[in-house]
Amino acid sequence: MARLKTYVRPMTGWWRRNPFYIWYMVREASCVFITIYALVLLVGLWRLSQGQAAFDAWRAALTAPTSIVFHFVTLVMVTYHSWTWFKIMPKTMPFVRIAGKRVSDRAIVASGVIATVVASIVLFVLVRWAVI
Amino acid sequence: MKRSNKPIFWSLFGAGGMLSALIGAMLVFITGLGIPLGIGFPQEAMTYPQVLALAQNFLGKVAILAVISLFLFHGCHRLYHGLHDLGIHVGPGLKAAFHGFAALGSLAALILLVRVSFSG
Repeated sequence: MARLKTYVRPMTGWWRRNPFYIWYMVREASCVFITIYALVLLVGLWRLSQGQAAFDAWRAALTAPTSIVFHFVTLVMVTYHSWTWFKIMPKTMPFVRIAGKRVSDRAIVASGVIATVVASIVLFVLVRWAVI
Repeated sequence: MKRSNKPIFWSLFGAGGMLSALIGAMLVFITGLGIPLGIGFPQEAMTYPQVLALAQNFLGKVAILAVISLFLFHGCHRLYHGLHDLGIHVGPGLKAAFHGFAALGSLAALILLVRVSFSG
């Protein structure tokens, strides 16, 4: 069959034309860092299974400047992901009703942010005083 | 009609998104910045015996597997859709490759967690 020669609107660089879409792409880009971070942990687990010397080498690699820069950028990106995750939560979850009244969007976003702060403090305390 | 596999992968994406939204930032700070730079933590923390003990504890195993696996499923799902946004239209084959990569990573983590039970 012959290919139809209809006009197709060019989409190259579509997201660079509007700040809203630039921030959308920043949010989507956070997944690159989350994936690599998961792989860093997976390598750590692999090195752990190989014994002390292998694990110590992985542990030392975490202090390398490239590792520090990577983790710093990842921290910024994950924080942005976290904020956007709860910002859109009023749209991604079903309506919540308490005593017949719909819970406001603001309350849903706020509860997500508060949950993150609480979970982060709990994790910090747990790792600082129980695990390590 | 053939049943869609979308709900399964969307659930894994959503679970990973939620987990990373809740604790991702603090986790990255602890393992990647806090301990290596000695900010808020002793710099010599995260030693072999400490991490081995965590990986040999049942709850520790669950936590490690949840983080690695769900972060991978979340990340790979978004990577796949991100390619579409960049104008790279990938078919179902590459989609399977992305989810397969996350599944393989999860399987590797599971095997390693079983293996470290016999370490030390």
